[in-house]
Amino acid sequence: MVSVDGNGTTGSLIQVRGLDKTYRRGNEDIHVLQGLNLDVDKGDFVAFMGPSGSGKTTLLNLLGGLDVPTRGSVTVAGDEITHMSRGKLTDWRARHVGFIFQMYNLIPVLTAFQNVELPLLLTKLSKAERRKHVETALAIVGLAERMHHYPRQLSGGQEQRVAIARAIIADPTFLLCDEPTGDLDRKSADEVMDLIKRLVGEYGKTVLMVTHDPVVARQAKLTLHLEKGVLVEAGERPQGVVAGGAA
Amino acid sequence: MKFSALIFANLFRKKARLLLTIGSFAVALFLFAFLGVVSDAFSRGADVAGADRLVIINRTSIINTIPLSYRDQILRIPGVKYITHDNWFGGIYQDEKNFFPQFVIDPENQRQVYPELVVPDDQWNTFLKDRDGAIVGAATMKRFGWKMGDRIPIKTTLYGLAGNAWEFNIDGVYHGKRPQDDETQFWFQWDAFEERVPERLKGQIGWYILRVDNPDDSARIAKTIDGMFMNSPSETKTETESAFAQGWVKQFGNIKFLIVSIGTVVFFTLLLVTGNTMAISVRERTPELAVLKAIGFSDRAVLGFILGESMVISIVGCVGLLLALLVIPVLARALAGMLPTLLITPKTLVYGVVAALLVGFASAILPGIGAMRMRVVDALRRV
Repeated sequence: MVSVDGNGTTGSLIQVRGLDKTYRRGNEDIHVLQGLNLDVDKGDFVAFMGPSGSGKTTLLNLLGGLDVPTRGSVTVAGDEITHMSRGKLTDWRARHVGFIFQMYNLIPVLTAFQNVELPLLLTKLSKAERRKHVETALAIVGLAERMHHYPRQLSGGQEQRVAIARAIIADPTFLLCDEPTGDLDRKSADEVMDLIKRLVGEYGKTVLMVTHDPVVARQAKLTLHLEKGVLVEAGERPQGVVAGGAA
Repeated sequence: MKFSALIFANLFRKKARLLLTIGSFAVALFLFAFLGVVSDAFSRGADVAGADRLVIINRTSIINTIPLSYRDQILRIPGVKYITHDNWFGGIYQDEKNFFPQFVIDPENQRQVYPELVVPDDQWNTFLKDRDGAIVGAATMKRFGWKMGDRIPIKTTLYGLAGNAWEFNIDGVYHGKRPQDDETQFWFQWDAFEERVPERLKGQIGWYILRVDNPDDSARIAKTIDGMFMNSPSETKTETESAFAQGWVKQFGNIKFLIVSIGTVVFFTLLLVTGNTMAISVRERTPELAVLKAIGFSDRAVLGFILGESMVISIVGCVGLLLALLVIPVLARALAGMLPTLLITPKTLVYGVVAALLVGFASAILPGIGAMRMRVVDALRRV
C-alpha cells in the first residue's frame, strides 16, 4: 500500500519521512520539498506528476540516492540511506536501484549487450553467467535479436527497452523511471509502458515513475501529485491510498 | 580485465582524435629517443672512458704538442702501468664530408692501453711490419665498403703538409668489445708519421694516454706529472680520461642542457596537447560518466577508466620508440663520422616508456579527478 501521510506500516519497502530539499539560488532559498512523507510497498507502481519545477526529479534523485536531502530520511528495505557516505551510496545504488531515464542514457560506443552488462561488471559473476543474465534480460524486453546492435542502430523505443533491461539486470529492489516515455512517440511509449507494467505484474517489481503525461500516469497503480513540496493523492485510490502530507 | 571493453570502446569513440593523440606521443617519443641518443653519443666519451686511464695534454691547449721525451719520465712514476701517445692527423678521404677520425698511434703500447679495442693478432703483426699500414674501425670499413688490403689515400690538412695524399694499406680491422665503443677510427704508425713531418714537429706528440695500476692513485699521479713538467716549455695538464672527454664535449657548448631543454619543451607541449584532449574527451561524455556512477560505478572506477584510457594511449604511443629503434641505426650509418656513434640504449627506451606513462598519467589525472568529484544529479542535467 502507498501512503503519503507518514503513517505507513513499518514494513514498507520505501519509507520517506519529513523530507526537505532546499536549493540556494543567489540569496534566495528555494524549498523544493517540504516535509514530504511517502510509504511504498513492494510491487507498487506509483506515478508522480506535477508542474515543471515542482520537484519530481528531485524526489526521484533523493529516493535513488543520487542526492542528499536537506532534512528528513529515506529508508529502503531497512537501509536508511540519507546518512550513507558517497561510496556506500554508490554500492547501495548498484544493489537496490534500477534507473530508467528519459533520454535512455545508453553508452553509444557499447552494443546493447554491453550496455545491459554494465551493472553486472560490478558483481562477481563470471563472463558466462553475465552473458546468460544479459540474454535473459534482453529477451524479457524483446530485443534478444538486437543484442549486438549499437544504440544508433536502434529506434528510440528500442533504446529505452535496452535501458530497461540494463535497469533490471541486477535485479534491483526498485526501479526509478524519470519520464521514461518523454522522448517517444505514442506507439513506442505504449510498448515501453506495457513492458514496465509487465515488470510489475509478472516479476513483482516496484516502480516509481515521474511523468508529465496523464495517459502514461494512468497506467500506474497510483498517481501522486507534487504540490508545494508535498505529495497529494490524485484521482481514485485503487490501492487504498491515504491522502495527505506533512505540514 | 572485464572493464577493458569499456576502456577500448571509449578510446575508439573518435578515431581521428585517437590517431592524432597517439601520433603526438609517437613523435614526441621518437624525438626523445633521438635526443637521448645524441646526448649519449656526446657523453659516451666519458661513459666508455677507462677508469684507470689518464690523458695528458699540453696545458696551453690540446692543439699544442708535447715532447715525446716526457714518456720515459712519466713511465718511471710509481703506479703508471702503460703509456702510449696519439696525434690527430685530420686528413680527408676523397671529400670533406667523408669525415672520420684518424690518429697517429704508438703501435708498441696501443693495445695495452686500449684493451677494449680488439685487433686479431695476425692482422696486428702485419700492421707492425708495414710502414704504410693502417688499422681501421669496423664501422668505417663498412661505411666505405673497404676491404683488407685496400690502399686508401688520405689527404693531409695539417703539419705544413696540406694537400699531400698519404696512402695507407688496410692491414687490420678493430672491433670494440662493447656496443658503445667507437669503431670509426683510423690508425697508422707513429714512425711513418714522424719521418714525413717537418723537422720542428719531429718528436712532438699530441697527447699521452696512460693506464695506472690503481684508479685510486689517479689524482696523485696526475699531480705528480703536472708538477714534474711545471715551468717547462710544455707544461702538462693531466686528468682522467672521463674528465678529459667531458671537457671535450663542453667545447661544443652545454649540449646536455640544450637537449634536456628541448626534451622538456617537447614533453610539456605533449602534456598540454594530451591533457586538453583528455579534458575534451571527458567533458563530452559527462552524462555517460554520470550514468555509470548512477548505476553503481564508484568514483575511483570512473577515475580508473579515464586514467586507463590515457595510459593505453601513452603505451601505444611508445610505437615512437620502436620507430626510433628502426630509424636511428639508419641515421647512425648516414651520420657516421660526423657525430659520435648513435646508439639507442635500453636505458633510453626505459626512460622513454616511463616518460610516456608519466605524461599519460599527468594528462588524465585532472580531468579524471573532475569526473570523480562530479555530482551525478548535476551531470545528468547536462543531457
